[in-house]
Amino acid sequence: MHIVVCIKQVPDSAQIRIHPVTNTIMRQGVPAIINPYDLFSLEEALRLKDRFGGRVTVLTMGPPMAEASLRKALSFGATHAVLLTDRKFAGSDTLATSYALTSAIRKLHEEEPVDMVFCGKQTIDGDTAQVGPGIATRMNMQQLTYVAKIEDVNLESREITVHRRSEGGVQVLKSQLPAMITMLEGSNTMRFGTMDDMFRAARTPLMNWNKDTCVDDESKVGLKGSPTVVSKVFVPKPRAQKAKMVTAEGGSPALAAAAVDMLFTTYPKLATDLAG
Amino acid sequence: MSQAPANPPSAKKAAGGRKLELPEELKVYKGVWVIVEQERGKVHTVSYELLGEARKLADKLGVEVGAVVLGAPGPFINEISGEAISYGADVVYTVLDPVLAEYRTEPYSKVMTDVVNTFKPEIVLLGASTLGRDLAGAIATTLLTGLTADCTELDISPENRSLAATRPTFGGTLLCTIQTLAYRPQMATIRPRVMQMPEKDLTRTGRIVEVTPNLAEEVFVTKVLDFIPDRDQQEAQLAFADIIIGGGKGLQKPENFKLIWDLAEVLGAEVGASRPCVQAGWVSGDRQIGQTGKTIRPKLYIAAGISGAIQHRVGCENSDVILAINSDPNAPIFDFAHHGIVGDALQILPALTEQFRQRRLVNRKAS
Repeated sequence: MHIVVCIKQVPDSAQIRIHPVTNTIMRQGVPAIINPYDLFSLEEALRLKDRFGGRVTVLTMGPPMAEASLRKALSFGATHAVLLTDRKFAGSDTLATSYALTSAIRKLHEEEPVDMVFCGKQTIDGDTAQVGPGIATRMNMQQLTYVAKIEDVNLESREITVHRRSEGGVQVLKSQLPAMITMLEGSNTMRFGTMDDMFRAARTPLMNWNKDTCVDDESKVGLKGSPTVVSKVFVPKPRAQKAKMVTAEGGSPALAAAAVDMLFTTYPKLATDLAG
Repeated sequence: MSQAPANPPSAKKAAGGRKLELPEELKVYKGVWVIVEQERGKVHTVSYELLGEARKLADKLGVEVGAVVLGAPGPFINEISGEAISYGADVVYTVLDPVLAEYRTEPYSKVMTDVVNTFKPEIVLLGASTLGRDLAGAIATTLLTGLTADCTELDISPENRSLAATRPTFGGTLLCTIQTLAYRPQMATIRPRVMQMPEKDLTRTGRIVEVTPNLAEEVFVTKVLDFIPDRDQQEAQLAFADIIIGGGKGLQKPENFKLIWDLAEVLGAEVGASRPCVQAGWVSGDRQIGQTGKTIRPKLYIAAGISGAIQHRVGCENSDVILAINSDPNAPIFDFAHHGIVGDALQILPALTEQFRQRRLVNRKAS
């Protein structure tokens, strides 16, 4: 069985700061991590490998420094890693990104047929949840998103049964490989890599690919291949008026009393609502 | 909310073979569409919220609002079509086939792609629900067009009549406006509760266009074996709560979240939290307020120990009244809260609980 897991290296968003004067993002010193949602998909892929054997290839598109994320994924138990890097990919939106990743997956498929592709449910920096469906559509794979549980996989009949989260309940879906799957957060817990895997991770050669390795049509990647245009990036304006501060002498009880007074006088309806 | 762009895209960057003008043949795309999310006869309210928004966009463009209703033929389809019209649609496209009884990516995206290619709308809006996001990503890839996820504001750009879709970016630290200039349709998903529910106008009239999709079940690989409904009340009902008390990392320890629950109990309120608290496992994910959590519109939102990062702000700024408690007088939350208390949330919260408890008794007696 050959499973490809697409991961993305993202800045740890909890630690991003905005420069107070220039209003630009201060990227320096922000630690890079594997997109947390990707780990649920990677773990699920590793579980399938534990059960059926075979190969788990992690694939990432990003700058050369994304190698660190691939090494990390190898240390958890992935067997192969592809780093897809090219300056021509810069500025790719989700449509262009899914094209580039699909090109790489097709090449991997030529090496060894791909049965499943796992993607993160979404990333924590872009939050779009669009690349996975983009890959499924381009590869003509069955698209199984928001999967809470893989109930069964039968390699002989190539059938897969999953529980998919939907509004107000769970759909039980029976589908066929090849399939593109995104796992729901909390669906599993990422393992600790074994010592062997950690040594292996450091030794495993990465497949360093660029646009010439796998991309047929250069006009479909980067800014050129992206239908969406970012026309403006900005810090939202504060409200016309800053918050009215509650002040009172006498510590917290006095502040609380003043706050409740203020709420009740400014919004008389609130008092009635509360009494009801 | 516009101001000088932080990183203006330079003219040089914009060139380089990039298409930024709408080609002549795509100018026939007209109208603003909403895909009405209907599952088992129930419409997701986000679809009606989007019809209200589509109405505003269509009026600016001077075009019609279309609502697309997909599903198996059934008596409720007429009712849903009527609702769509009263919420702002001029035309309802009904696409009915037993194959569409339950949502599945493949038949839904096939049908939607066909319908878009036939009727050529310039804008297609979907809810950022599990259905909307799954479907939008597939359709946009087949149509090779631009899709913007999780928008918090939609407008029409006066220069080129294209959709200006604003959303948080970089993990919610900045906002960006995204446009699809040279491709059609322009697609966007919008989270539930971000847009206001429009007033229902029963005097509105509209046309119904029946589309026959001619689907054969055999060609679709994925089958729905079962649907297991969630048990009621299992999930926090943040989206529709009138009063919400939210806690953030300023509470320092998970145990201190009890102070939030205490205040919520006195006020009969729901409990919410910022993303860091959810990521740290202090509270369950269904209580997260913000871009990647729930969008709330309560009458009163009390935010304690929450700094007010943009990703949180976009989830709560439509609250009628926001009272923020934070020890840092420069915390960004005071930029959009209506009222603020500078102080230690661990002290203020119990004091507030006590105050509300007393007042409530007094008010009860008085009434």
